Amino acid sequence: MAREMHGMVEKRGASLWLTHVFMILGVLVIFFPIWLAFVASTVTQPEIVRPPMPLWPGDQLWENYSKALFAGVNVPVSTMLFNSLIMAIGIAVGKIIISLLSAFAIVYFRFPGRNIFFWMIFLTLMLPVEVRIVPTYEVVAGFGMLNSYGGLIFPLIASATATFLFRQFFLTIPDELAEAARVDGAGPMRFFWDVVVPMSRTNVAALFVILFIYGWNQYLWPLLITTDPEMNTIVMGIKQMFPSGDDVADWPVIMATSILAMIPPVIVVVSMQRLFIRGLVDSEK
Amino acid sequence: MEKRVIFRGWWLPALLIAPQVFISAVFFFYPAGQAVWQSLFIPDPFGLSSQYVGLANFEFLISDPFYRASFGTTAIFSILVTLCSMIPALFLAVIADRLIKGSGVYRTMLIWPYAVAPAIAGVLWLFMFNTRVGVVSWYLGQLGYDWNHVLNGNEAMGLVVVASAWGRISYNFLFFFAALQAVPRSVIEAAAIDGAHFWRRFWTIVLPLLSPTTFFLLVVNVVYSFFETFGVIHTITSGGPQQSTTILVYKVFSDGFVGQDLGSSSAQSVILLFVVGLLTVIQFKFVEKRVHY
Repeated sequence: MAREMHGMVEKRGASLWLTHVFMILGVLVIFFPIWLAFVASTVTQPEIVRPPMPLWPGDQLWENYSKALFAGVNVPVSTMLFNSLIMAIGIAVGKIIISLLSAFAIVYFRFPGRNIFFWMIFLTLMLPVEVRIVPTYEVVAGFGMLNSYGGLIFPLIASATATFLFRQFFLTIPDELAEAARVDGAGPMRFFWDVVVPMSRTNVAALFVILFIYGWNQYLWPLLITTDPEMNTIVMGIKQMFPSGDDVADWPVIMATSILAMIPPVIVVVSMQRLFIRGLVDSEK
Repeated sequence: MEKRVIFRGWWLPALLIAPQVFISAVFFFYPAGQAVWQSLFIPDPFGLSSQYVGLANFEFLISDPFYRASFGTTAIFSILVTLCSMIPALFLAVIADRLIKGSGVYRTMLIWPYAVAPAIAGVLWLFMFNTRVGVVSWYLGQLGYDWNHVLNGNEAMGLVVVASAWGRISYNFLFFFAALQAVPRSVIEAAAIDGAHFWRRFWTIVLPLLSPTTFFLLVVNVVYSFFETFGVIHTITSGGPQQSTTILVYKVFSDGFVGQDLGSSSAQSVILLFVVGLLTVIQFKFVEKRVHY
């Protein structure tokens, strides 16, 4: 495209600077809550409870974070981080595995009840866990799965978004590949492992990013089923760190915990930005 | 669309779908069925037995002023969250789109809040506006404004709206930015040659071209503010003061788990189920359009 044409539309000089200034202002405003939390996690409690608190980091970073990680309020934050990690990975991996298998079955086989099954999946797309919390809680309690990783993970993989996505993708795999596999005498599972799974790599990775964040950020469900602080996840555990009644909250430790709670999903989103955006667009289509 | 090449047999596919069928049946269909079933009963005060009451739970809900108020609260809340997250996002996306260099850096910075859980966002905003230690509330106090979201329902609503909209700005920004990048340069340049200024180009060309994305985001953000903002409300206001921030999903939780009123909570779940169904239908209609676009 011609250079002078760009000149007509994209601004130069003062106007360009103004655009940058707006952009930086926007980023600063959006970023401010995170910055403030970070500052609060590096100062002492007295500095916070006598407002206004400083807006520049202090020197208590190590003290606050090590206190949060190894002592915490009800339970060390390292324990909650571990629980969150198991939950997020469990949900992401579990959902990807069961969806790959069932999408493969729907696309590459004709079996009785296939259509009923397909509509069943479609229905599960519609109902978030928030809507059926009481009965789901009773089911999980009935299985004795309160305060367990199974109880945290299974109810949240009972939705079919991923199955739907993989189905759409499998439909775009050329028929010739399946034909060739059949001519070569390869069975369906061989075809699944050698062709379908490798071809789905990018989709799997993009979905993993989305599902990891989905699992990590869960709040209501862990709040209901983990009564034992040892099983708390970090996102729901923060609220439990606020004292009941009139006691003053331990803000530096709570804010250090908030920062720790956002680090893993932020790393995943920022480092896998392209995959993340792709996964986002795919899963909403 | 169907595959021409398929594999034969029925036991293998049955085995392949078994895990999903099992998990969906146990953790999805059975609980959803239970919700519908329980909504037709009222348990006795000792929880020993329950009595079939037909649609009485629903009739009670419809005539219950608190439930009706919660509907109104949810409507206001979701409209505000949608507007407060889409308008700044569109603004930022338009600016970022004007930059040839550096938009990648800004984009990286702007997607951070998406990764922050709603409950954590709630804690961050609560900290800024805390009546005792909050920085923003302190400076507002210096300006002569006495901020107290613990007592003032409107301020509480404002705070949960902003805290809920904050992370969504990132999400909406990504979609708007992608859509803006897809607007053909030639169209914009043609308008520029005809002497249309930036804002005129924006209103008459760019915005109409963005409408599929805008509609899509409208629906998605309404769904978000209905169902995924529980964490924000629970951490900041717990539905108060005087239920002024009790949205429908929060009420299902507080009636079912705090109030132990299973019949009413289940009936509310069933009503929400219909709301989700309706929103999903609308979403699919708009998504159809989006695909053609």
